[in-house]
Amino acid sequence: MSAPATTEAKPAAPAAAPAPPLPSDKIKIKVDGREIEVPKMMPNWQGKMEPTTMLQACQLAAHEVPHYCYHPKLPVAGNCRMCLVEFGTPQMGPDRKPVLNEDGSPKIAKSVLPYEPGTPRGAIACATPISPGMEIYPNSPATKQMREAVLESLLINHPLDCPICDQAGECKLQEYSVEHGQAQSRFVEAKVHKPKAVDLGPRIVLDDERCILCTRCIRFTKDIAGDDALGIVNRGSYNTIAAWAEGKFDNNYTLNTVDICPVGALTSKDFRFQMRVWFMKETKSLCTSCGTGCNIIVGSREEKVYRYEPRQNDAVNSMWMCDSGRLNYKWIGRTDRLQKCGMRIAERGMLEVAWPTALKAVSAKLASAPTGSVAVIASARQTTEELFLLAKLAKRFNALTDSVARNGEGDKLLVNADKNPNSNGARLTGIAGPQLGVNLAKIADGIRSGSIRTLIVFGEDVTKHGIGADLLAKLDTLIVSDILPNATTAAAHFVLPGCAHVEKRGTFVNVKGRVQKFMKAVEAPGDARPEWEFLHELVHNVTGQNGFSTIEGLFNQMAREVPGFAGLEWAKLGDTGVTVQI
Amino acid sequence: MPQEHRLILKHADQPGYTPDLECYLRHGGYDALKKVLALAPKDLPDGKKMSPQEQVREDVKASGLRGRGGAGFSAGIKWSLVDRKSGKPIYLICNADESEPGTFKDRQIIHKDPHQLIEGMILSCWANDVKLAYLYIRGEMPQGAKLLNKALDEARAKNFLGKNILGSGYDLEIYVHRGAGAYICGEETGLIESLEGKRAYPRIKPPYFPAVLGLYMCPTIVNNVETLCHVKHIVNMGAAEYAKLGTPNNTGTRIVSLSGDVKRPGYFEIEVGKVTIGELINDPAFGGGLCDGRKLKAIIPGGSSSKILKAGETFKLNRKGADGQMAKVDVPLLDLPYDFDSLMAAGTMSGSGAIIVLDDTRDIVEALANLAEFYAHESCGQCTPCREGSLWMSKALHRLTHGHGRKADADYLLHIAQNIQGRTICAFGEACAWPVLSYVKKFKDDFEAKGAADEAKAAAAKH
Repeated sequence: MSAPATTEAKPAAPAAAPAPPLPSDKIKIKVDGREIEVPKMMPNWQGKMEPTTMLQACQLAAHEVPHYCYHPKLPVAGNCRMCLVEFGTPQMGPDRKPVLNEDGSPKIAKSVLPYEPGTPRGAIACATPISPGMEIYPNSPATKQMREAVLESLLINHPLDCPICDQAGECKLQEYSVEHGQAQSRFVEAKVHKPKAVDLGPRIVLDDERCILCTRCIRFTKDIAGDDALGIVNRGSYNTIAAWAEGKFDNNYTLNTVDICPVGALTSKDFRFQMRVWFMKETKSLCTSCGTGCNIIVGSREEKVYRYEPRQNDAVNSMWMCDSGRLNYKWIGRTDRLQKCGMRIAERGMLEVAWPTALKAVSAKLASAPTGSVAVIASARQTTEELFLLAKLAKRFNALTDSVARNGEGDKLLVNADKNPNSNGARLTGIAGPQLGVNLAKIADGIRSGSIRTLIVFGEDVTKHGIGADLLAKLDTLIVSDILPNATTAAAHFVLPGCAHVEKRGTFVNVKGRVQKFMKAVEAPGDARPEWEFLHELVHNVTGQNGFSTIEGLFNQMAREVPGFAGLEWAKLGDTGVTVQI
Repeated sequence: MPQEHRLILKHADQPGYTPDLECYLRHGGYDALKKVLALAPKDLPDGKKMSPQEQVREDVKASGLRGRGGAGFSAGIKWSLVDRKSGKPIYLICNADESEPGTFKDRQIIHKDPHQLIEGMILSCWANDVKLAYLYIRGEMPQGAKLLNKALDEARAKNFLGKNILGSGYDLEIYVHRGAGAYICGEETGLIESLEGKRAYPRIKPPYFPAVLGLYMCPTIVNNVETLCHVKHIVNMGAAEYAKLGTPNNTGTRIVSLSGDVKRPGYFEIEVGKVTIGELINDPAFGGGLCDGRKLKAIIPGGSSSKILKAGETFKLNRKGADGQMAKVDVPLLDLPYDFDSLMAAGTMSGSGAIIVLDDTRDIVEALANLAEFYAHESCGQCTPCREGSLWMSKALHRLTHGHGRKADADYLLHIAQNIQGRTICAFGEACAWPVLSYVKKFKDDFEAKGAADEAKAAAAKH
């Protein structure tokens, strides 16, 4: 092709390598008329220091520059053009010295089209580095006109099917249309039609007509997930996102592309058509599928969980989570959840009882149990606070304690081989040793030999971990708390229905020692109660020690008593947690 | 009498001149290569020495050679921007993706004198310490690719190419890479992406200036076929002698592709700026005039993306008066010297050196609809304004040329085009917007009349 004068700036002659700027180096620029000092270098999508961009500088100046293709955790593409901004730089005289205004201030040369000096030439804020004295005009008429024009272009071939679009309510096309759009379209031509409901992979559906071709999904799967599965076929306005073969977009991170898709092109097969997003409550929580502890947002409505989405925590999961963890929520709403306290009475079998009755009976049993005759198996899926209370209880009887190790496959990105969300919580509270599960055989031996007469099990089906129903039958007392029925709850003398993590508050300690809290999203079904609540009562009844009846107080007490948590406070955990030595 | 001045095409059309090496050697081929390999370091006044490579680079800069691909950027400056301190290899790419409608000059060189191009490339590579170069040829030129590969084999066999070229210790390999039929591969960063095996999406600048982050993120020079050929002649003639060709700041010769409504369409090599547009169209040595009885309507002066010039237009140009002072002078269209700066002053460009002549039988709306369809088809679709705007303009023009126009379509088109130029990743934005902007502005009556007629017809049908 013939190349008219290039649109973008010409390169500066490479100067003799300048000394790398110090992290403290600052540049003075003006954003929307206000002078601001910004760092010369800022972290790029990989966290490496690079010259600060106009977009970053505007963010520091509290001016959000609208954008579609730019994403802070993806390589810059610069294709949507939504972030075009008008700008100017100090004018240089022939002597390479700044030209001054009459008042002595530097004269600013606004960037204009080289072939049409009356027309401003914008720069894409996402990719253009700032320079000393630069002036950025994020709200000028020219900038607004450029945005309006880009938005108009994005909408001409868009189906405008918001009423039936899953993205409605969290769609950047909608949001920017409100801010920068026009009420009427000038477009009178026929729209381009593209494939609808394309089966991109086992968990993803693509609507090509809604796609604005920002390539976030392509960049994510190539540069973050390491699976170069997506690309663009055809050209011009007929460009279409496609997987290398139909249905083959199938790695464990595909659903992140639904999150970062700024429009309704990529939707989750699991979530689409299930719930309008504006009806949902968003709760900060954690994923429990492995030891990584990805930060999530739980989307729920009327005590039902509809989806998990990743929540940014650069110390843990950046802005991503795996598909298997994201979709691992359906068990929470299972209809066979344990909803009533159970108490086995000779001849009458298991009876449903109220909490006061159950706790009174359990307390009485435990109060009469001799030291050394009790063992505690507590899952590393329980919260740290619950493990702390169980450890207190165990201490009273000098009980053998342990958790169950749960190992699987990990990957290079987020999935950890440790499938427990709180193995380190079990270690730090003393429930388990460095190696989870080594005491299980000893506990089995104790039951077999008759030295252990009482077993407390929280959150595990011990029949799958070397303590079969035959052994459980030998116990005088089997106290079990769980969420779903299993062979251990079936053999129990007492069943105490517990909560899924989304039904309570607490903390987990991830594989790297990050202590992170999670909040309650939904109510537990039936009589099920957060374990820490009734454990608090049991500990009081059995040991006589007073505890705290709030999660804040309990956590702070634990931090005072357990050396591993020394100095921590619930309030100081923030949304993204604190790392402790492990 | 204006004449052709054949430098690049000196031998190409001579009877008996063949594209093989023997013939090229008989005509002084590869003498320039031998000449530079024998160069000694030059002593500078400050006691330092200038390497032979640097001498050639300086010569190219001093020759005033400007790129013949379209932008007309100084080749010497382009070379001087190359990052030579990165420690990474430097690549050179010959852009032979000649695909601007109306342009058919590079293919003359490739088909008739491929060794001239190869020698030009070897010289340019040598001068820039390039060890590996690529010749990116348009997919639609299979014969050219075959000829070039044969020529490269011949050059290799004679050690003009390969290891230790002519015993100098310099190694160079050149590979031919065929495009797959996309106009955008002529954009240098799109070309680089394509060469890397990716979709030819032009790169954002900053940060991906080829001179710093080009092919495989290494410093890269991309030059047009004709530009590289000129390097051979600069070496042969010396910079000063070469610069005497053409006019100041518009030195050397260039091949003009003349097509459209003239009696003698074809390619003509002229000294830049020594021949006017009127002479190119009307002189018997060139276009030979319009067909009998026709009148000039417009000229597309530099490939299809350049802004159109309307018959009868005059332009203000800087000219040295009788008193030796520069002054603005009115210059009629046909008296415009065909060079880079005059056409830029006329608000358009000489681009790829392709002149398309339209006479009064041509419907300007149809002509624009044709071009718009081409650009809508060739937009790579990477960035929003061009992806959406190019097809939008094409659809509107299709409507306008198929009986469904509106009087307001003229402004509608201007509005769309205005929102493309200057807002895209590469110059394709301008390439597709400029024809629309210039045709509609200069022939607004034609567009409005057509739209109004359609509206009147539609209104009549309603009653």
